[in-house]
Amino acid sequence: MTTQLNERLDGVRIAITGGTSGLGLALVGELTRRGARVAFVARTRERVDEVASAHPHAYGIVGDVASKEDIYPIALQILGGLGGLDVLVNNASSLGPVPLALLADTECEDLELALATNVLGPFRLTKALLGALAASAREGLPRRLVHRSLGEGGSAGSAKAGSVVVNISSDAAINAYPQWGAYGASKAALHHLTRIWDEELAPQGVHFLSLDPGDMDTPLHALAVPDADPSTLKRPEAAAREIADAIAVRRGADGASTSAKASVDGSVSRADAVGAAP
Amino acid sequence: MIAAQAPVQRPRDARLLIVDGHGHIRHAARSEFVELLNAHDLVIANDAATLPASLHGRHAASGAVVEVRLAARASLDTADVHRFVAVVFGAGDFRTRTEDRPLPPELAPGDRLELGPLSATVESLLDHPRLVSLHFDSPARDIWAGLAAHGRPIQYAHVPAPLALWDVWTPIAAMPVAFEPPSAGFVLDWASIRAMQRRGVAFATLTLAAGISSTGDAQLDRRLPFDEPYRIPATAAAAILKARRQGGRVVAIGTTVVRALEHAAARDGVVHPGEALANQRLGPASSLRVVDAILSGTHEPDSSHYQLLRAFADDVTMAEVTAALDAHAYRTHEFGDSIFIERRVRAASQAAA
Repeated sequence: MTTQLNERLDGVRIAITGGTSGLGLALVGELTRRGARVAFVARTRERVDEVASAHPHAYGIVGDVASKEDIYPIALQILGGLGGLDVLVNNASSLGPVPLALLADTECEDLELALATNVLGPFRLTKALLGALAASAREGLPRRLVHRSLGEGGSAGSAKAGSVVVNISSDAAINAYPQWGAYGASKAALHHLTRIWDEELAPQGVHFLSLDPGDMDTPLHALAVPDADPSTLKRPEAAAREIADAIAVRRGADGASTSAKASVDGSVSRADAVGAAP
Repeated sequence: MIAAQAPVQRPRDARLLIVDGHGHIRHAARSEFVELLNAHDLVIANDAATLPASLHGRHAASGAVVEVRLAARASLDTADVHRFVAVVFGAGDFRTRTEDRPLPPELAPGDRLELGPLSATVESLLDHPRLVSLHFDSPARDIWAGLAAHGRPIQYAHVPAPLALWDVWTPIAAMPVAFEPPSAGFVLDWASIRAMQRRGVAFATLTLAAGISSTGDAQLDRRLPFDEPYRIPATAAAAILKARRQGGRVVAIGTTVVRALEHAAARDGVVHPGEALANQRLGPASSLRVVDAILSGTHEPDSSHYQLLRAFADDVTMAEVTAALDAHAYRTHEFGDSIFIERRVRAASQAAA
């Protein structure tokens, strides 16, 4: 099991999309508590300002990841605000049609919006930020963190942490749930994108995790299943802790010589495991 | 040469003129660039991302329309983005050649410029009616938001379509500190970086805040390049030592990389990691202490970039290069073709000096 020290994310530069509600908001709180420098993105200025004033150390950015024109302005502000980037969490998600609809009843425009938010947005934003993520992986931890985690005897060379992209997945990416067509198909595409990207960019030290947080008590879930009993749902804060742990473990994996690959597979297959459960 | 007009970073038909250390010239497809590299060579690129540094607005005192082009800054710190050196033009935009752009209204210290959501104060004139020190009055995050919302990439009349940031960020673009793209880096994509790694070629980056390439004013252009802050990561400095030890070459992607590395090594020939301000001019009299070869865009003989290339090859060779680029209709400017020059092999007596 990892130690308390390893679960800290002091000084790690992390950007979160969809950061003003549900899991994203919980991540802003969890990651800032662990010492990370956090930028978050959301569509409405009012909500961004509210969350920013509740988290004075987090950097709020107004933008819509589903809009092609917004991606570079978002990337510019993330990199300007944090002075680089170590971790990107593509969390913003669209359900598709609300209320949920059979695929045959789904308007093309609703499918397009789900794909724009859940697939193209993460693809574009990751691509725009990939140079910074690769630079982070090449250059390793900030010096003061090397000092802290390795002690006086540590060398910068062994402290490379790698950078991480977390894409928020769902069991609907794996299972064919009726009425979840737009969401499920888009999350399935994102899940596969994540796996291919992880294969392709591992040599650059950029690692990709597809994480399924489970069914949470969030505004998105309330739109999908309005009559669900919240007490049966997972708290987003609990899911945020698990995701923060996964980030810390993945970043620690490159420093340790053993089982880095196993850790990636384990995290990626968490979505598989949930989905594949009989 | 002819101007490359289409904002395509890696055209399939891009060409590469290759000059070896003996001055021999040959032509290749630029996509074959990686095949020029050997195991233990080290490729170093500039990973600066490009700011949307062109800001349209008004001179508050006169109401006159202006275009401000942010042109230089003293540091790379993204939290300290209040003070810039800027070139100010009168009415018009990139569609007019910079040489033909009108002067801005007469500017004085204390004048305010309203630039969309941003507001800036002229701190001082820098010995030219177009060149000012500009101070943005907002908190850094509002400056970033203002640049993101209102700024456009600086561009010139040879590219007719308006550029977006995705046109000018190289695939490896990281820190947004450059005023114009370090465009030699357009040659790189992730497949080429992977191909280098498979050949045993090392890859590293540094960051230099590339300044503007032209002001449209001959007197001002002679002051280019302005001083440019750069940062060399410890990993890049270590990679240079390793390449040296293993007999590999240091290959710079672009003139900005040469400027940073040679500045960092000026003291004792060793590239020291850290941040500094490159303020030197490289030319035919410069002795290169670090860089063995450069991949660069093609440059006209009247540019500072061309002067830097003269540090790699003698005048006879450079004249042949210019003739070959013209004869074979190479494309120039940021989206144009490229040139690969190995530093000339020196006579034994010079090498010992």
